[in-house]
Amino acid sequence: MKKFICGNDAVAEGVRLSKPHVISAYPITPQTIAVERLSEMVEDGSLKAEYMHVESEHSALAAAMGVSSVGARAFTATSSQGLLYMAECLPYASGARMPIVMMNANRALATPWNIYGDQMDSMFLLNSGWIQVYVEDAQEALDMMIQAYKIAEHDEVLAPVMVNLDGFVLTHTYELVDIPTHESVDAFLPPINMTKQVMRVEDPKSLCISAGNDFNFEFKIKQEKDLQASRKIINEVDKEFGEAFGRFYNGLIDTYMCDDAEVILVTTGSVTGTARIVVDKLRAENKKVGVLKLRYLRPFPSDEIRDVVKSCSRIGVVDKNISFGYEGTIYTNVNSSLLSMEKAPESINFIGGLGGRDITKNDLEDAFNKLLSQESIEKVHYMNVRCEL
Amino acid sequence: MKHNAKNITNEEFFYGHKACGGCGESLAVRLAMKVLGERTFAALPAGCMSAVSFIYPNMAFTNNAIITPFASTGAVASGIAAGLKALGIDAPTVGFAGDGGTADIGLQALSGAIDRNDDIIYICNDNEAYMNTGIQKSGLTPYGTKTTTSPAGKNLPGSITMKKNMFEIVAAHDIAYAATASVGYLEDFMAKVQKAKDTKGTSYIHVFAPCPTGWGHESNVTIDLAKQAVDSGLWYLAEYENGEFKLNRNPKEFASVEDYLKVQSRFKHLKEHDIEIIKAHRDKKWEKMRKYWL
Repeated sequence: MKKFICGNDAVAEGVRLSKPHVISAYPITPQTIAVERLSEMVEDGSLKAEYMHVESEHSALAAAMGVSSVGARAFTATSSQGLLYMAECLPYASGARMPIVMMNANRALATPWNIYGDQMDSMFLLNSGWIQVYVEDAQEALDMMIQAYKIAEHDEVLAPVMVNLDGFVLTHTYELVDIPTHESVDAFLPPINMTKQVMRVEDPKSLCISAGNDFNFEFKIKQEKDLQASRKIINEVDKEFGEAFGRFYNGLIDTYMCDDAEVILVTTGSVTGTARIVVDKLRAENKKVGVLKLRYLRPFPSDEIRDVVKSCSRIGVVDKNISFGYEGTIYTNVNSSLLSMEKAPESINFIGGLGGRDITKNDLEDAFNKLLSQESIEKVHYMNVRCEL
Repeated sequence: MKHNAKNITNEEFFYGHKACGGCGESLAVRLAMKVLGERTFAALPAGCMSAVSFIYPNMAFTNNAIITPFASTGAVASGIAAGLKALGIDAPTVGFAGDGGTADIGLQALSGAIDRNDDIIYICNDNEAYMNTGIQKSGLTPYGTKTTTSPAGKNLPGSITMKKNMFEIVAAHDIAYAATASVGYLEDFMAKVQKAKDTKGTSYIHVFAPCPTGWGHESNVTIDLAKQAVDSGLWYLAEYENGEFKLNRNPKEFASVEDYLKVQSRFKHLKEHDIEIIKAHRDKKWEKMRKYWL
């Protein structure tokens, strides 16, 4: 069934189809519509779940941890200040290997206060042990809620997943979205069945234990190895999803016109759609350009990036964040992937979109043309800036 | 059934932990678990009880137990209860938090849990300071207490705040059941834990539990001090049920406050004037309790 809905609605539809046992919810713009829809679904009985009105984001994730600790399926959602308020609980949940799924509406961080989209919030939590996926449109948002549970709960993964949607641009924009049937999702996503790290009456456990300098390191290495290995599961789940629903997202990355591209723009999230249109325009002018969309930032798709950019002269990395005192965070991550290449392309950082500033077609066309030019260019560019600073 | 030394189970659910000798808090946890039983899911935040009982690979709880983020006893316990309910499992969920973990950093999550009337039991083990981090002042540290962050000196008598009234804060939520208790009166405490277990909805027990390490007293006087605190009127045994307060114990005459204070090094420095402040605060409280709670 196709419905004309916004990204937040699509998240709620994806969650309803995934049948979580408990939803812990706290409102924050621009995520709020998602938890409003879910409360309506619980009220009208179309979603059989416990709906917890928690008193903060910190408790939203803490409650989800309680749910997950007894082997039930948990969902929560947040954004921006809320994500940072619950930040303590993120490594806590991932260290405890809890397969919680959380939607994050990417939004700017105060100060100055701003409710619009950028990616400063989730970049802050890149090191939290969560799988981070960034979606491009409402359909991908819905589909990723379902995939996220399958990945998170996989016996070899057991890691929480943060599904990121650009605030407003995705959360509040209406699109035609295909909503799968309950039967098809039930066939794809079996009920949660945790066998490890779970408290059961008949088999009591102590969870979230302490481990000193004698064993702590080993727990962390195990966590890291499993997150590294989750790439395989992510790709498998995406393939299986495509076979079941006819929509393939290509796993860790997606590419557009990259095969013969001389220059490539690396993107995440909704700006990818704009970049695709700009590529079409420039291709019509015989300019060999392409787009590489990073779908996942953790685990980071290093091998995939190297493979796609190997014939490029230059690549640009779009960042909707600044790691103050250095550069865009994705740029740093991409550059470290390029280090092991024999002949790496030159890479340039295009920072834009902070506090909801538009990244326009002109901005991206300008970026492509800079990359295509033979001139030497500065490493870090700010796109669409109003005044000299 | 009234729980007492004769009929309480010999089974141990909290055993082999590394708490100090004479620890009042670990006694409260041990006996509460005997009342609550093996099906119980326990949530404990950062604090002495979690620090001494989850040290990999030695786990001290034989029932299900989890350490929560410091602020999150109420939220994690609620999540456990919600998860169990959704899975159709009937088992008690209990939170054991200290005074700081309850009255300071965990107050918000506890308030949320009571507001939702989640079916959990919350037990606050009150030893009147942050003991696990080395005896720092909390919101439940009483007036005149010397701690490592409220030193007693020329200018200050130690802590200058009185002690948050957690029992009445909790009752103000119109909670299903709340009580105060003391490890000096264990049958009373166990009866209240049983009542909490039988309560549908949120219940709260605030148990007074001396700490030899933090209070500076001999480890063999823990129970005596916990009794003396009640007998001298510095602590009290009460319940809140069906919207009514009830004072369980109303001594005709208070035992000596000085006798209680003088055996604890945290109060050694107190001057007569400070003791008068403590007594006046006590008397004001009791005047109100005797007027309205009897």
